[in-house]
Amino acid sequence: MTENQVIIGLEVHCQLDTKSKLFCGCSTDYRSDGPNTHVCPVCLGLPGAMPVLNKRSIEYAMRVAKALNCTVLHESEFSRKNYFYPDLDKAYQITQYDKPLAEGGYIEIEGDEGGEKRIRLTRIHVEEDPGRLVHMGNTERGKYSLVDYNRAGIPLIEIVSEPDMRSPKEARKFLNKLRATLEYLSVFDSEKEGSLRVDANISIRGSERVEVKNISSYKGVEKALTFEITRQKSLIRRGQKVDRETRHFLEASGSTQSSRSKEQEHDYRYFPEPDLRPLHVQSWVDGIVLPELPDARRERFIVQYGCSLNHARTLTGELRLANFYEKVVAPDPKGLSALAATWIADTLIGELNYRDMTIDAVDAAGVTELMNLLRQDTITDKSGIDVLRVMLDQRLNPQPCETPAAIVVRLNLAKTAGDTGFLTAAVEEAISQHPTALEDYRNGKSGAINFLMGQVMKKTRGKADPGELNRILTEALKNREV
Amino acid sequence: MAGYEICFEPDDRYNAFLTTCKKVTYGPGKLTGVAVAVKDNISTKGIETTCASKILKGYIPPYNAHVVELLMQSGAAIVGKTNMDEFGMGTTTENSAFGPTLNPCDTSRVPGGSSGGSAAAIAGGMVRMALGTDTGGSIRCPAAFCGIVGLKPTYGRVSRYGLIAYANSLEQIGPMGRTVTDVSTLMGVIAGYDRRDSTSYNKPYTHTPRADIKGLKVGIPGEYFGAGVDPKVATVVNSAIGRLEELGATTVPCSIPSMEYALAAYYVTCTCEASSNLARFDGVRYGPAADTKKSWHDAYREVRRAGFGTEVRRRIMLGTFALSSGYYGKYYAKAQVARENVKRDFARIFSEVDVIAGPTMPTVAFKLGEKSDPLSMYLSDILTVPVNLAGIPAISVPCGKVEGMPIGLQIMGRPFEDERVIDVAYAYEQEVT
Ligand SMILES: [Zn+2]
Repeated sequence: MTENQVIIGLEVHCQLDTKSKLFCGCSTDYRSDGPNTHVCPVCLGLPGAMPVLNKRSIEYAMRVAKALNCTVLHESEFSRKNYFYPDLDKAYQITQYDKPLAEGGYIEIEGDEGGEKRIRLTRIHVEEDPGRLVHMGNTERGKYSLVDYNRAGIPLIEIVSEPDMRSPKEARKFLNKLRATLEYLSVFDSEKEGSLRVDANISIRGSERVEVKNISSYKGVEKALTFEITRQKSLIRRGQKVDRETRHFLEASGSTQSSRSKEQEHDYRYFPEPDLRPLHVQSWVDGIVLPELPDARRERFIVQYGCSLNHARTLTGELRLANFYEKVVAPDPKGLSALAATWIADTLIGELNYRDMTIDAVDAAGVTELMNLLRQDTITDKSGIDVLRVMLDQRLNPQPCETPAAIVVRLNLAKTAGDTGFLTAAVEEAISQHPTALEDYRNGKSGAINFLMGQVMKKTRGKADPGELNRILTEALKNREV
Repeated sequence: MAGYEICFEPDDRYNAFLTTCKKVTYGPGKLTGVAVAVKDNISTKGIETTCASKILKGYIPPYNAHVVELLMQSGAAIVGKTNMDEFGMGTTTENSAFGPTLNPCDTSRVPGGSSGGSAAAIAGGMVRMALGTDTGGSIRCPAAFCGIVGLKPTYGRVSRYGLIAYANSLEQIGPMGRTVTDVSTLMGVIAGYDRRDSTSYNKPYTHTPRADIKGLKVGIPGEYFGAGVDPKVATVVNSAIGRLEELGATTVPCSIPSMEYALAAYYVTCTCEASSNLARFDGVRYGPAADTKKSWHDAYREVRRAGFGTEVRRRIMLGTFALSSGYYGKYYAKAQVARENVKRDFARIFSEVDVIAGPTMPTVAFKLGEKSDPLSMYLSDILTVPVNLAGIPAISVPCGKVEGMPIGLQIMGRPFEDERVIDVAYAYEQEVT
């Protein structure tokens, strides 16, 4: 059973969503601005400049530590991690080494074997992001590289897990849960490009451990892990040895590649940062009031809105989605909660993924209106999907957005309910056009009814209420029984 | 009110300056119009700041060090940047990439270091005051060798923001001048809290020197008069201490046993910190540009080999070695223990005495080129480094001569009692002049 068992541990780096950088007053809102515009002597590492700790970033990290059940240490300190790289302007990164901010803790996920599973955490520490290299030309034969220090000094939190995950799926769930928790804490914005980076340790029980660095997307983690597991298992199957090494993830091909051994031999020569004093922040922990976290919200959705466990899990798995759901059902929680849960969790998310849209782009009031149309039986479920698609497509294009009701009118999607004359006429027409079907019916072939239903549906372009149509058709056929 | 201007065209026969500013504007204030020289490792906006290193040649800081801002607010005229041992690494100012500074008292001798340019500029009569920096004696040694006054303040009392770091946990910017009064005045300008330096304390200096030292208890550590200290220097310093007794002070013999490990602790700590601080000079942002045709590893190596002097390369290698995995515990961690022991020794002695007195340097100024092997050079720092390890204030004040060369009396005090060491130096100075 434990043979071939996959063992995964993750080191997750997240940018803390503070207004200013970790050690200077520069703004962190650099993404839409030109290179090297959010810099000062401190984050450029100019000679003589000194770091001053941004208290807010420590407070954010403490919120995370408390939410993830970690122990904040009585004394923590910053250290220098020394290495040469052009994006590292001081040639050392200020990070935490042997005295991290917090230790221990855990994250609960839905394990592969069913039920809640605890993934233990080793530690949480705070560090600064280095700058960024922009390679001109391709990476193989690039002409030159440019350095952008806008990112240098952005606060990062590193969360290190124990090797407690047993599949890429569990790793994805761990990451999703972590991301949700960080977003619920208002300390992290997953929508920001490059705000999350993951290093993964993967091994097959009994073999050497491989570290895969440089994974910068959620999807990438699952891909990299799956690739690595296949690679390692096939090595073992062929009787070869898995080397203990560092590999890089190549986003484009979804594969991993061995790093050159030179880079592996880093000796970071850590020592305490002499320009910063040790941190004594344990007493802050008590003062931190945590907001409602994903697990609590999930339970509340089940109790308050009657959501199924799966729906509640999906809806609360992302802060924005959970907020969106509550906004949609707010005008009439009793009437809308069940319907909206199904529509948002089962339909809307798929439609968004298909369009590469985020929930932020969707108008909650519009969805409420759509839910009301469905609930009042004005349109069929099928038409509901059509309306939703039009709503989303209109959001994508620079055109005025219609309300769901307007879309229903324009596309003539309103159900024919009550308008039996129209349906009866369509049924009569279909029967007279297909005498063989009538013959079949008389001969007791049950397929005939379905065939005629389809013909009427076609004529009415799906607006016909299936139940009502069935009733009228059956009656019309009965009348023709000899 | 900025509108006053002075011309500064000194006869710099001692090579005290790396940069001079011919026309300097200044404003009103406590130091209005006073020519002040600034050591070349302190950032001055718009004025080249090289740390006397080729690797920073052409570097013009885009910002002012905190102390430079304070000087300007006080009306001082910053007239130039003074020579030093490259990045502060040396005891003679011979390790400058731009040639040694000469001692104005005897041009065949070194001015001491590493703030030798600042000391020579004062002793040579070119400026009244100057800023130096003291990592292991770099203010007090040249003050002693050139016959001027220099104060190494309590760690944290003067902001280091803008000081190009050599050994962050040891160094302080401090005032140098012809008289104790000038040093005290300059200290009043530069001391105080700066939020940009996280090791800074809110302890401004508003003191006026007082010569009354009646009842003062002066500790006399045996180690400061023992092996390695020139007996002639010891004799001069002893008689200076005798003058303090005549002024009403009492002396108490004491001992600093941890001094045995002080030099080792000092050199391990400062080289470790230096190896990290100086890593950023890689040819990408400052100094001679790296050859972009080469791989960056090779380009870095080339720039750093050509840009740093021998002593700097030696200390970078020592520090890199001492921090390497497997050696950290043997060197850096042990050095910190030794450092704590030095602190504890001082604390114990200061529970019984008010100040500690002894010679600043074990000898008079060396001849140029005399200290050719690094180890004997390092040994000459033995009387100054304990102060930096402990972070306490110490002043060097001229107290006589041996073979025509000045000798410095060193007064060390409790943390944040810079005022008291100033008073003792002032009392002595008033007594002999
Ligand atoms: Zn900045």
